[in-house]
Amino acid sequence: MSIPRHWRLQNQRYSMVGEVCNACGAKLFPPRDVCPECSKPAYEPYRFSGNGKVYSYSTVYQAPSGYEAFVPYTVALVKLDEGPLVSAQLTDVDGEEVEIGMPVEMVTRKLREEGEDGLIVYGYKFRRLLREEAA
Amino acid sequence: MLLKPIRDVGIAGYGAYVPRYRLPGSEVDRIWTDGQGGSPIEEKAVAGPDEDTASMSVEAARNALARAGLNPQVLRAVWVGSESHPYAVKPTSTIVAEAIGAVPAVQAADWEFACKAGTEAFQAAMGLVGSGMADYALAIGMDTAQGRPGDALEYTAGAGGAAFIVGPAEDSLAIIEGSFSYVTDTPDFFRRPMQHYPQHGSRFTGDPAYFRHVLASAQQLMDSLGTKPEDYAAAVFHQPNSKFPERAARMLGFRPEQTRTGLLCPMVGNTYAGSSMLGLTAILDEAQPDERVLIVSFGSGAGSDAISIRTTEKIEERRDRAPRTQVYVQRRKEIDYGLYVRYRRKLHMH
Repeated sequence: MSIPRHWRLQNQRYSMVGEVCNACGAKLFPPRDVCPECSKPAYEPYRFSGNGKVYSYSTVYQAPSGYEAFVPYTVALVKLDEGPLVSAQLTDVDGEEVEIGMPVEMVTRKLREEGEDGLIVYGYKFRRLLREEAA
Repeated sequence: MLLKPIRDVGIAGYGAYVPRYRLPGSEVDRIWTDGQGGSPIEEKAVAGPDEDTASMSVEAARNALARAGLNPQVLRAVWVGSESHPYAVKPTSTIVAEAIGAVPAVQAADWEFACKAGTEAFQAAMGLVGSGMADYALAIGMDTAQGRPGDALEYTAGAGGAAFIVGPAEDSLAIIEGSFSYVTDTPDFFRRPMQHYPQHGSRFTGDPAYFRHVLASAQQLMDSLGTKPEDYAAAVFHQPNSKFPERAARMLGFRPEQTRTGLLCPMVGNTYAGSSMLGLTAILDEAQPDERVLIVSFGSGAGSDAISIRTTEKIEERRDRAPRTQVYVQRRKEIDYGLYVRYRRKLHMH
């Protein structure tokens, strides 16, 4: 992926900045400028809380190119508290600990590195709530 | 010689970060001395495969912002002190500033002075806010330290750190009374360009380096302020191991109970630029209003920054706005040497 494309996406990736529809109040992630609920324009930036629950998940053993360093890792559909369903990697978690409905929180981590001398790409992942893990 | 700005400044918010993984010292001992050598600490924190100084700084900074209750747009500086910046050329601080929402009207820079890069950034933040150029500045000390396999440093070189927002005294959970820096050219520890691991002077790192600088900065700060060890509820010293800070504290006249809360090295290792700053966060988590705390960093090369702070009543309402440092310390997933080698990329596959 090219440097300009990473750069354009970094705001939503680093801190889950999506959009809110001023017409019906729906929260959008990823940002798409048109509200999927009411089809009105939606340009207002909205920073998501990063809290949600695991909707479904799977463990990856054969990773696509660029993600080999992390196998085995768990990917999940996360239902955000504000509504949208996003797909993301889970981190700081062992596969057997994951279950549907598990509360998670967003963290910013390394998504991949473009080789030894290329760009380091950062973005959101989700982990178990810190307070629950430490308990 | 006391470093004290014209305008009174303090700590508006603070935040810690320690990764989840722990490598017991006994594992390093098992691999390199057949379990016969012992270990200077219980275990050290190890960054996961998707963590580095930038990602760890982001979490500590978010915790600091939560405690301060500030909009990140009020920050005029984001400064990251580390010896393990992810890029040789490209600031860690711009990544952090972007991720926490502090861009674009912000100063950003990376600081380097071995293990005291974080307190260096902290002192600069005191100056920036103290001069009136800014109301709030963020100073971070964070590292994912690397020790050469088999070297004495491998037992202790850990990962973690802390972020501090320096602001006006009237909006602070602790007021900064003053600071003192003591620096000389002492080559006790260094890493040349393109080298993955540092060299160190073994015992030379003790008396002429750590003790000379730490004792001088702490004593001269207390002399300048007219304070004594018994005036402090707690003190934290840079922690390359457990013995050095304990001995320095004793030599200065501090009692063991004054340094206990901030001594995290046995559980997380030496977090380099994060070390003394992380210890300070653990102290602030427990401190009562109107208590004095002394923080003394050390950076090889060499120098030491001593800072004296006094907590305010704001500490009680702010500390639970973010996870306490002990939450991070107690969160632990033990790994063996093999997984450590993989996570820290010590195996070259070519």
